[in-house]
Amino acid sequence: MPDRKDDVYGDHISNKFNDELMALKTAFLEMGGLVESQVASAIDALVDNDGHLADEVRATDKKVDKMEIELDEEATLILARRQPTARDLRLVVAVIKMVSDLERVGDEAKKIAKFAIKLSEEGQAPRGYVEVRHISNHVLSMLHDALDAFARLDSEQALRIMKEDKRVDEEYQAATRTLLTFMMEDTRNISRCMSVMWILRALERVGDHACNIAENVIFMVKGEDVRHTPVEEAEKVVGR
Amino acid sequence: MNANETIASAAERSDHTVTSVNDAVEETGAQSAPVEEGKTVGKPHADNPKFKLRNVEVFYGQDRAIKDISLDIGRNEVISFIGPSGCGKSTFLRCLNRMNDSIDICRVKGQLMLDDEDIYHSKKDVVELRARVGMVFQKPNPFPKSIYDNVAYGPRIHGLANRKAELDEIVENSLRKAGLWSEAKDRLDSIATGLSGGQQQRLCIARAIAVNPEVILMDEPCSALDPIATARVEELIAEMSESYTIVIVTHSMQQAARVSNRTAYFHLGHLVEVNETTKVFTSPEHELTESYITGRFG
Repeated sequence: MPDRKDDVYGDHISNKFNDELMALKTAFLEMGGLVESQVASAIDALVDNDGHLADEVRATDKKVDKMEIELDEEATLILARRQPTARDLRLVVAVIKMVSDLERVGDEAKKIAKFAIKLSEEGQAPRGYVEVRHISNHVLSMLHDALDAFARLDSEQALRIMKEDKRVDEEYQAATRTLLTFMMEDTRNISRCMSVMWILRALERVGDHACNIAENVIFMVKGEDVRHTPVEEAEKVVGR
Repeated sequence: MNANETIASAAERSDHTVTSVNDAVEETGAQSAPVEEGKTVGKPHADNPKFKLRNVEVFYGQDRAIKDISLDIGRNEVISFIGPSGCGKSTFLRCLNRMNDSIDICRVKGQLMLDDEDIYHSKKDVVELRARVGMVFQKPNPFPKSIYDNVAYGPRIHGLANRKAELDEIVENSLRKAGLWSEAKDRLDSIATGLSGGQQQRLCIARAIAVNPEVILMDEPCSALDPIATARVEELIAEMSESYTIVIVTHSMQQAARVSNRTAYFHLGHLVEVNETTKVFTSPEHELTESYITGRFG
């Protein structure tokens, strides 16, 4: 746990309250780190044909689910005990929302692991893995940056992630088109390509969740909700 | 300073530069400017003010307890005054019906208008003012008389009722509005001090309502009450806000958040911030407000 004096959430009169907020923040970042590695491992399992690693990812998802419940409990207790206001309130509310994003990222990793097992059992030449690798690198760095923005309360970095999301969507569209071409070339590719499509879809969703987290970070820092608003609006909020 | 200048200067200062706090890249939201005399951030003005208060200063002897405060209080608005002990919120509240007059060394400067009438005009009838601007105190203070006489006291001295039947009606209506009728109707002749604390406080509210005031000032009305009695009084405040302007001083931030439309934060005699209550408790503009309501000093 970081020294409470180094954190804007750590200077309450009540040290116990400080500890509770810091513990919440730390637990959230731990859960973030875990789902990050879940996605990375799932992709490794896919590309390396590593069924064992994929099994591990599926098993570890239970731990992610458990962390979600624990974090929600912790946040609920803080609301009940402390009735937080202003930035403290925004932290707790944002964590409650972001926790479900992380849990869903975990689910996407599990889904990818499932397809990794299926594809490794079918044992055919990889198609579309280049695209998968590319997009996974992109969304993983978004997720990492979103967690980093949360840790450092960096709304400008959060804004950059919101902008990145558009690029991921474009890459996803392009990759889908490539896979369609494979399917049209040879109908025997279809089943396999559909699996890869699902994986791409899962990765695209990871990007969306990273973007949601970024939006919540802007809410925490600026006190304004930038969900469902154009990026230009979010830009104005962050510039304030 | 006029209203526009105040707002302009507040807007100017809200364009603050981001300061980094240790590992945090930026401060969350609120500005970190120190408090400046006569400058209030947020929305200290109302479109249709009941009270128009300009450049108010209060002195206790040589001590300046209130420092150049300008504020509007809207018609039928519930506004909360919050701030640490000694910040001047009660002193400021007591200016609104000249309760400070009883303190010899206390002087009030500035313009205090109630519906465009100067409250502190030398010819102002203070008794009439206090009938229009009623007050409820922290500790319930019923007279050592019957429940009926407590409520009937004001209407009697102000000559609001000519006949017993009229007075009965006023007493019943006031007790009903204060949510005390069902508990008190069978014991109107019992002594008021025999009621529970929460009932006594509602009796004091009934007594304030009985003279048909326009404004009700409440100085920590629930701090001596248990949570259930507190909830009743808060419920009452919500109902009363339809017919009265209510100014409430409270140490309970949750209470301010629950009952008021706007919240005013006082600090060392300055009025630091006035904003919609929802704004104050989710993302206050001023760093000092933020520090206080989040429990970082006080």
